[in-house]
Amino acid sequence: MTETFYEVLRRQGISRRSFLKFCSLTAASLGLGPEFVSTMANALETKPRTPVLWLHGLECTCCSEAFIRSAHPLASDVILSMISLDYDDTIMAAAGHQAEAIVDEIIEKYAGNYILACEGNPPLNEDGMYCIIGGKPYLDQLKKAASNCKAIISWGSCASWGCVQAARPNPTQAVPIHKVIYDKPIIKVPGCPPIPEVMTAIITYIATFEKLPELDRQGRPKMFYSQRIHDKCYRRPHFDAGQFVEQWDDESARKGYCLYKMGCKGPTTYNACSTTRWYGGTSFPIQSGHGCIGCSEDGFWDNGSFYNRLTNINQFGVEANADEIGLATAGVVGAAVAAHAAVSAVKRARTKGGNE
Amino acid sequence: MAIQTPNGFNLDTSGKRVVVDPLTRIEGHMRCEVNIGPDNIIHNAVSTGTMWRGLEVILKGRDPRDAWAFTQRICGVCTGTHALTSVRAVEDALDIKIPENANSIRNIMQLSLQIHDHLVHFYHLHALDWVNPVNALKADPKATSELQQKVSPKHPKSSPGYFRDVQNRLKRFVESGQLGPFKNGYWDNPAYLLPPEADLMATTHYLEALDFQSQIMKTRVIFGGKDPHPNWIVGGVPCAINVDGVGAVGAINMERLNFVSDVINQTTEFVENVYIPDIIAIGNLYKGWLYGGGLSGKSVLAYGDIPENANDYSAANLLLPQGAVINGNLKEVHPVDLRDPEQIQEFVPHSWYRYPDEKVGLHPWDGITVPHYELGPNAKGTKTNIIELDENAKYSWIKAPRWRGHAMEVGPLARYVVGYASGHKEITEQINATLAALNVPIDALFSTLGRTAARALEAQRCCHLQRHFMDKLIARIKAGDSSTANVERWDPETWPKEAKGVGFSEAPRGALAHWIKIKDTKIDNYQCVVPTTWNGSPRDNEGNIGAFEASLMDTKVERPEEPVEILRTIHSFDPCLACSTHVMSEDGRELARVKVR
Repeated sequence: MTETFYEVLRRQGISRRSFLKFCSLTAASLGLGPEFVSTMANALETKPRTPVLWLHGLECTCCSEAFIRSAHPLASDVILSMISLDYDDTIMAAAGHQAEAIVDEIIEKYAGNYILACEGNPPLNEDGMYCIIGGKPYLDQLKKAASNCKAIISWGSCASWGCVQAARPNPTQAVPIHKVIYDKPIIKVPGCPPIPEVMTAIITYIATFEKLPELDRQGRPKMFYSQRIHDKCYRRPHFDAGQFVEQWDDESARKGYCLYKMGCKGPTTYNACSTTRWYGGTSFPIQSGHGCIGCSEDGFWDNGSFYNRLTNINQFGVEANADEIGLATAGVVGAAVAAHAAVSAVKRARTKGGNE
Repeated sequence: MAIQTPNGFNLDTSGKRVVVDPLTRIEGHMRCEVNIGPDNIIHNAVSTGTMWRGLEVILKGRDPRDAWAFTQRICGVCTGTHALTSVRAVEDALDIKIPENANSIRNIMQLSLQIHDHLVHFYHLHALDWVNPVNALKADPKATSELQQKVSPKHPKSSPGYFRDVQNRLKRFVESGQLGPFKNGYWDNPAYLLPPEADLMATTHYLEALDFQSQIMKTRVIFGGKDPHPNWIVGGVPCAINVDGVGAVGAINMERLNFVSDVINQTTEFVENVYIPDIIAIGNLYKGWLYGGGLSGKSVLAYGDIPENANDYSAANLLLPQGAVINGNLKEVHPVDLRDPEQIQEFVPHSWYRYPDEKVGLHPWDGITVPHYELGPNAKGTKTNIIELDENAKYSWIKAPRWRGHAMEVGPLARYVVGYASGHKEITEQINATLAALNVPIDALFSTLGRTAARALEAQRCCHLQRHFMDKLIARIKAGDSSTANVERWDPETWPKEAKGVGFSEAPRGALAHWIKIKDTKIDNYQCVVPTTWNGSPRDNEGNIGAFEASLMDTKVERPEEPVEILRTIHSFDPCLACSTHVMSEDGRELARVKVR
């Protein structure tokens, strides 16, 4: 018998009591009454793992490498216990026609019930033969595998946007998945690569809650891609105070000031790096002294040098340069802080009054 | 029809043609075709790179300071090594000297990659060619525990209960009928030789290594902010050092240094208590299977890497060895010069590219890449449905690089053969100790198993080198040097109108170099010759076969329809196909960039 989700939790030291609590919270959050708790518990205790076909087109395998580096949950738990990773040419034992037979089997046997995970993208030039799988264009394999799937996860910036091989002049005419598959739900998880814990979170979200995550207009899960890196950056106070790194390894760099002037793209990049960070919170690019290069944004390769300052940030006002902003914001922030303190004091007083 | 190649292999294309496509458990996409005689021996081998992305043309006209980020995306498995090679090429072109601390940090990051890549390669890409996880179900956990304690007494996870738990987990997994990555494996093939206890021990370590490996890369997350694809800069490293005062929390401080140091210790422990003992244990049970030597005993090439002192890339200053051995003559190690147009040249008569004169090879400074996809007259199938390739015509997206006309093997074994032939003390000691432990002669080194063992030995040596550079970094900070970047030539206005440079490194899978030309502060030309271009090379105009092809020759296969032996030997090179990229023009046709030497 398969190891179910419940057994995985048990093995990870979760008690049955906690498991049932988890089920009731989940049921409540899905708007289900208490009578559904036992149904949900039963489902999680007994349902087989969802098959996943993980295909690779033109890519560099950084997404797979990121995925296996997830700190929580560990990739081994995801692969062995939460999903059934039936095809992934990077780690699968089988090769050649024995490997290809698996795609045929899964799309037949689990029609409508398997997830297609795409890493990389198909090239359209040269009849698709810039990426050959089993003697045929990768595009053929992609279309076949997509035909019966429940949903597609577009891992990384290649599958989501096109990424580096699609940078100008895009010699192979590489295109993202949604440009060739139109009739399936597609979850884009951009980043080059995406954050490991975000990748496993998307998978476990689907396995746990049995639904696809809520997506923004561009098809990215809102839970991880709805805020800019700048919005939650721990160096933001230095931006607001007008304290910037002016050159690599200068005094400001050694104090961890804002990297805006070094070309940081945090203000225009939607991702969870500044909150989730990487490898269980170990660090993220800005923390390690380099600006964000915006690797989860569409077309980030063609937006000028990574060291050019952003000039199109709305909150800067019109055409102001960072030096002016630094001075201006320092003043404004000072005033704002004072105003905020005053408002908070009034609120506290009101609350107090209300309580008493 | 039998032919002898100039590099000494007897090709015979009679016999059954067996095709493996996709060849899995590698980076990228490749295909392999072999002819197997009635004796079940491979008498002809054809290896094909089946992907092409054209990254070098994308670089044209860009800011050279950005090139590292583009080239890093050539490969996410050997992530960082292209970025490092790229910043070295730009620094060479612009004569930029990096601080010693930047050299130490870069070395620590590059060594993390070597160790991580070697470990993950062995357990997750290669082990299933030697280890049978289904057979592990038959093991006695108590006997497995005894085996573990015998081969690695220091490894704490060795109790019978531990192995019983893992076995039960595996059992539930197998009985579920959902075999995941193990599905359709060749689990009853007689090529698997391990007893069940060794299979259980190694499968357990497959899982332990999967859970552990991300630790190794935390050094790169600390210094580079993320991984894969950490951040680098031309002129040094982006992470500033500050261990004193109120600003210390903003930079690499004592806590961060301790973190890195701890990771280095854990990594060393894992490599020495798990990886090395497994290689010896598995090697001992497979030492009768010494196929796969190919070019390793004939022609090997290493560029060298890990400079002891910053900015000195001469062979004497490199801790990973540099040199070339040809014609199997271990008594002579030839110097290698990447700037010499006579040494490294690329040929295309069997590659899907076109040269004006395909009889000659071109040095990367003068490289031309006009893609030209066509199948030979004897190919079977159609252009978009290849059944069999015709290796007498063009048959791969990989060019054929040659060193002074020789097809060369690169990678850990090549580095170890060069080190051994150069009389490198540490490397020689490691090799001799391993040969003694397995009770095999030096010839055993030139094999699939030798390639796999050299990789493990190198991982161990890299752990020690990491400690060396960590100590060096601390010593310099203690002496008052916190410098991590040289910004004198950061501003493009300080650059000459034209410049060209070469950067090189040893990627985990072999010698890597980038050639750059800068004009008016932009990239005018960028060329990469990567490890898998060497190893996965097709035939050249003389008919010399490449390293993958050579390694498969004369191998006996148990069951021709099940490619265990082919996978085992090709995997021993740790192929990386995304790396084998070359240039083309925007419209896909005219691309001839004739360069001035």
